[in-house]
Amino acid sequence: MSIRERLSGNEAAATAMKQINPDVVAAFPITPSTEIPQYFSTFVDNGLVDTEFVAVESEHSAMSACIGAESAGARAMTATSANGLSLMWEMIYIASSLRLPIVMSLVNRAVSGPLNIHNDHSDAMGVRDSGWIQLFSETNQEAYDNLIMAHRIAENKDVLLPLMVCQDGFITSHSIENIELIEDEKVKEFVGEYHPEHYLLNRNEPIAVGPLDVQTYLFEHKYQQAEAMRNAKKVILEVAKEFEKLTGRKYGLFEEYKLEDAEIAIVCMNSTAGTTKDVVDSLRERGIKAGLLKVRVFRPFPAEEIAEALKHLKAIAVLDKADSLNGVGGALFEDVATGMYINKTTIPMASYVYGIGGRDTTAKDIESVFSDLIKDSKKEKIENPYRYIGLRKE
Amino acid sequence: MPYNVKEVVAERPSRFTSGHRMCAGCGAPVVTRMILRALKKEDHAVIANATGCMEVSSFIYPYTSWTDSFIHTAFECAAATCSGAEAAYKSLKKQGKLPENENTKFIAFGGDGGTYDIGLQSLSGAMERGHDMTYVCYDNGAYMNTGIQRSSATPRFADTTTSPAGSVIPGKMQSRKDLTEIMEAHHLPYVAQTAAYLNLKDLYEKAEKAIYTEGPTFLNVLAPCPRGWGYPTEDLMTINKLAVETCYWPLYEIVNGKYKITYKPVKKLPIEEFLKPQKRFKHMFKSGNEWMIEEFQKEVDKRWETLLKLEEMSNNEN
Repeated sequence: MSIRERLSGNEAAATAMKQINPDVVAAFPITPSTEIPQYFSTFVDNGLVDTEFVAVESEHSAMSACIGAESAGARAMTATSANGLSLMWEMIYIASSLRLPIVMSLVNRAVSGPLNIHNDHSDAMGVRDSGWIQLFSETNQEAYDNLIMAHRIAENKDVLLPLMVCQDGFITSHSIENIELIEDEKVKEFVGEYHPEHYLLNRNEPIAVGPLDVQTYLFEHKYQQAEAMRNAKKVILEVAKEFEKLTGRKYGLFEEYKLEDAEIAIVCMNSTAGTTKDVVDSLRERGIKAGLLKVRVFRPFPAEEIAEALKHLKAIAVLDKADSLNGVGGALFEDVATGMYINKTTIPMASYVYGIGGRDTTAKDIESVFSDLIKDSKKEKIENPYRYIGLRKE
Repeated sequence: MPYNVKEVVAERPSRFTSGHRMCAGCGAPVVTRMILRALKKEDHAVIANATGCMEVSSFIYPYTSWTDSFIHTAFECAAATCSGAEAAYKSLKKQGKLPENENTKFIAFGGDGGTYDIGLQSLSGAMERGHDMTYVCYDNGAYMNTGIQRSSATPRFADTTTSPAGSVIPGKMQSRKDLTEIMEAHHLPYVAQTAAYLNLKDLYEKAEKAIYTEGPTFLNVLAPCPRGWGYPTEDLMTINKLAVETCYWPLYEIVNGKYKITYKPVKKLPIEEFLKPQKRFKHMFKSGNEWMIEEFQKEVDKRWETLLKLEEMSNNEN
């Protein structure tokens, strides 16, 4: 029997980590993910896990220590947000290039500057090309479930890539929600033991990790990372299937909410999907055929599958909780647009930047996006596709 | 067993193999080989290395000179990387996932750039956290890998590519940071400063103590650089000798707070003896620049006197 609980998003992440019982956790406090290492160190100090907790002096060292630990043959985890991830940035690329299945809980927050501790996705978007698998979570339940599935995906021999589970800072990390936990034993069995093929602590086969990799090799090594990322899509779905057998909870690359017969739809990630579902329901009551596509797997990006799922629509709004400052639109918008174009699907589509620095995004805001889409769906060409939600114009 | 260089070399084959691409006359590989010889034959080691000359010359894919397990991640984080591997060892050992009676030792190597400067925070953190590891700084007194730029380990007046001896500013204007003392301020069980001198006895013995003292330990080792310092490659050992005999680079150790100067020159040589054979100090010998040598001598004397006092004081405290 699963366990019914009420936990905040951070508690949910820490609980998943406790059940995973990693060999090493190295982390540094930063709002809004601070509670994760706090909760976790109480598990350590009360003997509830076998983990060595490395209370590092910075996030750069957190990721460096995770790399050292994972290379040594241990399962290593960390948690961070925003500037913490920025400080890790150099090591983020090194972790993925060394093909280390480190798992991170990323509690999304705006990257400075100016300083802001509230939620947006600029931290995750900053590392979208770093070779990490990125899973996004609408609710505390999803943040928990994604973490339980994380090692099975990351450690798969065809993948061997680090993975971050994202959730919205404060909005889910600090909100208490009902949650269904899996029993400890079942998690242990599902996650399994970690048996790396090559590792530093194997004295019978000493290895060297992290070479100078010159012109004759780096290109092929990067190609191997790209292949691994492509392989991850299949593995993510396989693990989700097994997870469904265990829990009854179904996960895909993305979630389609009332999308099948929809005429207009929003594409977004994390907690805003919850607000959008609510709005979709009320619009449906008024006879408006609105729908939602919630992206769960942002890296690898399921471009083809998303394009296929959206091809019947009359107008689409892609919501980005980070502005790419590129003069064109948000990162999710660009990826969706690319996927549509490759799939030869041209549907009126607009980029909406929203919720920057924790600006509230209400049901009313989402409704206004849908009313834009109703107008857009009647036009030949979409005007002003680079839009903002809730931005004060004066 | 009393130290005998021939016996050590015969009994403990080098764990850092030939074929690496370090320059002839470089101090770093000499130092590294000898430090690794201090490992017991039956012990395995995990070695972390900061980006720098040694890393880019010893592990060029797909070749490595390291016979033990080796990891390089980036410039500033050899200590943090090593601390993660050590934490993994502790955790796996505790869980019975590693053989009980086999030991792995953890050693990190970094140049002065990766240690005194960009890696100081990572080093300080790892040492404070008490990981059972030895950090070795091979100090060649500048960023040699990128082409001889000044570091906080560069001695005053040295001519480097970012502190050139110009007509207005004659080289680096600041004295070198005393990293060994900074590490002592972490109250580590073992801190030492050494060099490849006196048949490498001092280096070997300190390496052995550092590696086999439980907890975080630190070695600061002089590693002259023929390109950066400007001496003929065959003079490496002479340069080491002069650094010690002038008291520019005193050999000492601090065991649980107690200082011991492990070699006191019978007759302290004037600093010119150390400066003269090096091109980086050439401008100091031009007429009118005598003041520079005087200032340099004063700084060496001051630091040596302080060290003598520290030795006396720390041994008198009871």
